Amino acid sequence: MTLRSLATLLRPSQVFTLRGGVHPETRKHLTCDAEVVDMPVPPLLRVPLQQHSGAVAEPLVARDDLVLKGQLIGRARGAMSANIHAPTSGRVIAVGHYTAPHPSGLPVPTITIRADGEDRWGEHLPRLRPEIADPDEIAAQIERAGIVGLGGAAFPAAVKLNQRKKYPLDTLLLNGAECEPYLTCDDRLMRENAEELVDGAGIMARALGVERIIIAIESNKPEAIAALRRHRMALGVALSVAVVPSQYPMGSAKHLVLAVTGKEAPARARTAELGVLVYNVGTAHAVHLAVRYGEPLISRIITVSGGAIARPANVRVRIGTPVSDVIAFCGGIEGSADRVLLGGPMMGLPIQNLRVPVVKGTCGILALSPAETRPRDPMPCIRCGSCVQACPCGLTPFDLNARIQSGDLEGAVKIGLMDCIACGSCAYACPSSIPLVQGFDFAKGKRAERQSRKHQAEEAKRLAAARLAREAAIAEAKRAMMARRKAEMAARKQAEAGDGAAAAAPAAAPRSPAPGAELQP
Amino acid sequence: MIAAATSMTALGLGLGLLLGIAARRFHVETPPVVDEIEAVLPGTNCGACGFPGCRGLAEALAEGAAPVSACTPGGCEVALQLAGIVDAGGGASDLAIGAMAETEALVAFIFEDHCTGCGKCFKRCPTDAIVGAAKQIHTVVMDACIGCDACIEVCPTEAIVTRSKPRTLSNWYWDKPPAGFGQIPEARTGGAA
Repeated sequence: MTLRSLATLLRPSQVFTLRGGVHPETRKHLTCDAEVVDMPVPPLLRVPLQQHSGAVAEPLVARDDLVLKGQLIGRARGAMSANIHAPTSGRVIAVGHYTAPHPSGLPVPTITIRADGEDRWGEHLPRLRPEIADPDEIAAQIERAGIVGLGGAAFPAAVKLNQRKKYPLDTLLLNGAECEPYLTCDDRLMRENAEELVDGAGIMARALGVERIIIAIESNKPEAIAALRRHRMALGVALSVAVVPSQYPMGSAKHLVLAVTGKEAPARARTAELGVLVYNVGTAHAVHLAVRYGEPLISRIITVSGGAIARPANVRVRIGTPVSDVIAFCGGIEGSADRVLLGGPMMGLPIQNLRVPVVKGTCGILALSPAETRPRDPMPCIRCGSCVQACPCGLTPFDLNARIQSGDLEGAVKIGLMDCIACGSCAYACPSSIPLVQGFDFAKGKRAERQSRKHQAEEAKRLAAARLAREAAIAEAKRAMMARRKAEMAARKQAEAGDGAAAAAPAAAPRSPAPGAELQP
Repeated sequence: MIAAATSMTALGLGLGLLLGIAARRFHVETPPVVDEIEAVLPGTNCGACGFPGCRGLAEALAEGAAPVSACTPGGCEVALQLAGIVDAGGGASDLAIGAMAETEALVAFIFEDHCTGCGKCFKRCPTDAIVGAAKQIHTVVMDACIGCDACIEVCPTEAIVTRSKPRTLSNWYWDKPPAGFGQIPEARTGGAA
């Protein structure tokens, strides 16, 4: 029993501080008072079949099909995948590939729908009464509705929910920290839809069988805290609000669990091992809609902000809406945007093509003006240790970087590369502007590639061995067949000889090995 | 009849004995390093190195008759491991490995317009990475292809080429950021990686 856990016993409401982290200027004032507005359905929607971590969904519609709002158009494939639904009614004009909302700009299987403007609902999912529903039924409903984590990583929510079968859980932690600068979509959701959100949390808690719900909110969102503090119970499960310090990266699941419960998840372990499951607040709202109203996940709230956006806002957009349409809805780009990001400024992904669609994991669209991006040339490392102080995972980024730059990936792994959560605090804190986290992203990708190559080499070896074995078996079978034929022939000849010339000397009969000698290689 | 059987048996036994003695007497010790090298090699016997199978290359490597970079399907990884075993010191092999590090993984690609469905490639592929029936268009299973060129050599219509493995969202990763000011860019340490 450590001092820390002792402290928990004495003061259960205590919030624990994080090691490291940074305090970037939040710039949430741009949008935090902007009520969520519904964006009209755009004329063309591109719905990628991979919006989640895991396997690509299987398309269920073909070109020229008419689809209705909420209709299942992509079915989850495999254990880690999610359903995709039509965000509006209209005609499918293409089932093919389109640029992914990703910095690589690689194509991803996409269904393109031309909206008919009627926005006609198809069949809703069957509604559930969560008060009496079975946990498995709730999990199945969440799976049917294609709900993924709305915090950004887009992990299929139902898959996460199934961890209840593997680990003993006691707490459902809703992540309302929203530590990324600029983003206010979770803040607005908590303020405007507190009731629905709490209901969604209650449904999830019932499905998980946990006895408490904690909603963690950073201290810079007093209105959201007040809105949620009005609720003490959710479907009979005790609910409390934990106010955590405003600090980046508070929204990282592991760090949030540490801040709220004082328990630190071991390296590369899940928080579920500590009995805590973490969901974004937006996910809870989506669960509410799916279970109470049978609505699949076809829209989400995103923050459109940044110095280059004319009218920063929080908008509820349909999945598949082109980013350029969302920006145009917010008044377009004013002046010049140095870069456009999907997500927050710390971990968001820069995109080149503005026609890419909004997906389930997109929590923000930021168009940053040159004044906000501060691109500077890297300077030599001066060993100041700022990155070490900033790292929330207790790593030594300057050392990691040196090893990666010299090509020593295994050495970097030895000192904790895989524990890096890519939050970017080190690069933010570096006074020499060294691209630290960028190097770690590269190293993780490179290492994954090496491992997959190694795996492939082993597989190739196995395949080659299997082929050799098969060829040997075929040759063996041929030889056996030959021998059998030879024996049959010899027997026939002998019989003929015995029948025809019983008097003639049988020893003289040439039991010729000729046919065998000819055929055998 | 009996005489024939006896003579044949005696002949067989005698020759067998002779062979056995010869095998013992003229036994050539394979250096254990050959086995070690063979374990590192892909083991697909594709022939891309120009030696008779992986065993052949292993023997050549042990004798110093082949460069460590000979195995193209194995790529840089295998070359580095081989360099660790055979200690083929010298700048030339370092250079060769350095050049390999830049090459991407290759896979075969079949131009369907040119494929006649002859099935030659299909029979030649050491990892069964080509699928297709006779007189049907053949295609390459990219995950199983090792890019060894064996199919290209036998294709009568030159319908097969090697291409770098296409990048997908799942295997894409960021480029290496430039080293900071004052650091030596592209400094590679041979065995460390």
